Amino acid sequence: MLWITCPGCGRRPVEEYSFGGELRGVPDRIADPVERDVDYAWMYDNIHGVTSERWFHHAGCRRWLTLRRDTSTDTVVA
Amino acid sequence: MNEFVERQITLDWHEPKRSYDVVIVGGGGHGLATAYYLASRHDITNVAVVEAGYIGSGNSGRNTTIIRANYGIPEAIRFYQHSLDLYRTLEDELSCWVMYSTKGLVWLAHTETQMRAERARCLLNIACGAETVMITQQDAKELCPQLDLSGGGRYPVAGGSYHPAAATARHDRVVWAYAQGAMRHGVDVLQHRTVTGLLRDGARVTGVQTSAGPIAAGVVLSAVGGNVSTLAAHADVRLPIRTHPLQAFVTNTYARDFDPIVSDTELLCYVSQSARGEMVIGAEYDPQPSYSLRSSFNFLQSCAAKATHLLPFLRDLRILRQWAGICDISADYSPIMGETGVDGFLVTTGWGTWGFKAIPAGGEQMAELIATGRTPALLEPFRLDRFAADRAMADQGSTGTH
Repeated sequence: MLWITCPGCGRRPVEEYSFGGELRGVPDRIADPVERDVDYAWMYDNIHGVTSERWFHHAGCRRWLTLRRDTSTDTVVA
Repeated sequence: MNEFVERQITLDWHEPKRSYDVVIVGGGGHGLATAYYLASRHDITNVAVVEAGYIGSGNSGRNTTIIRANYGIPEAIRFYQHSLDLYRTLEDELSCWVMYSTKGLVWLAHTETQMRAERARCLLNIACGAETVMITQQDAKELCPQLDLSGGGRYPVAGGSYHPAAATARHDRVVWAYAQGAMRHGVDVLQHRTVTGLLRDGARVTGVQTSAGPIAAGVVLSAVGGNVSTLAAHADVRLPIRTHPLQAFVTNTYARDFDPIVSDTELLCYVSQSARGEMVIGAEYDPQPSYSLRSSFNFLQSCAAKATHLLPFLRDLRILRQWAGICDISADYSPIMGETGVDGFLVTTGWGTWGFKAIPAGGEQMAELIATGRTPALLEPFRLDRFAADRAMADQGSTGTH
């Protein structure tokens, strides 16, 4: 099971958190402004490996935190 | 593959050639069905299906095998109804027993609001050709005598809808039957060969790089479940897909017949009985994206609690196995099929929690697209460029989505 350390509340189980999405940018190779908007609105990196993402501690201090997580094993990395 | 199956289904494995007209990445239901229809309907037999593990070892072997058509938007209902029609005749088509069994789906609702939503969906389904009727509490009890209408005092049943054509089939038999059919027409199925990249000529995709060398191809189709974003990235194709695990479990044998499939969108769980008598119970996908196939106790606890409230007899059963599959969930909960904007590279993906029921139609329609170069009418709404055109098709018709 995934445990996430909240800066305010300490190590808490994943059920207390909501997944808020990966931190991502639009790839530089996409030049067209409309295509960049489409990418920003719809596309995901969906990385198989270590990714940075936002999580919301809804059942705790109700603050957002940034987490680095390995999606291949669903574990938090430092 | 076990000996019992080897005796009933003949699979002729071949050494790979250096080049094919069509290379399909992913030897699951969709990949093999596409190969079968390419060969049988369109005479395109110079086809290879490349699979990293053994065929059917991905999501085709990890789903809960429910086949139904009562989805939430017209495009999807027509597509899944066509798939259901193909499933009905699949055993004749492939001359192979896939253990197709019509069971009927009892879809429970707990509140008046949910009943209204069901009624709307029911009318839409009837209008689009998928038979669905509204049912009362008493009807639900008659269809499924084991049901506790008070929901264990916690989730009282208000009524629901009934989709009589819903069925189950044996997942690996479907995969092997399509593999056998494709191989009989001369398709090469290459197991234990991981695709590590795509061959490019400028922007065009011209083949696949595999763990045992390159294979050239006129067209590459990604029928990958789970790692599609990674594969598409090799062609610089971006996909609106997140990969989430979905867990399910199965109990030991329940000695009595449990006829229908019981599904509950509010509790996000569905229950059916396998041909062996085991109760198969599935749920929603995990909230955070991950490629991990690890099962969790939390899931087991919450899903078992919900299922036993509705079906108290489950309390006396023991859990045999628990597993996870990884689902490609698209941004609008509808599949993505067809061209990607890159020459020579097509995808059939976004099969989320609804891929098994779509195998025949997905395979047939993708084969038609590859053979003719034109997107068939049934596939037209599911193109990847719908997102750029602002025609996303939000479909909440799957039990696992909410």
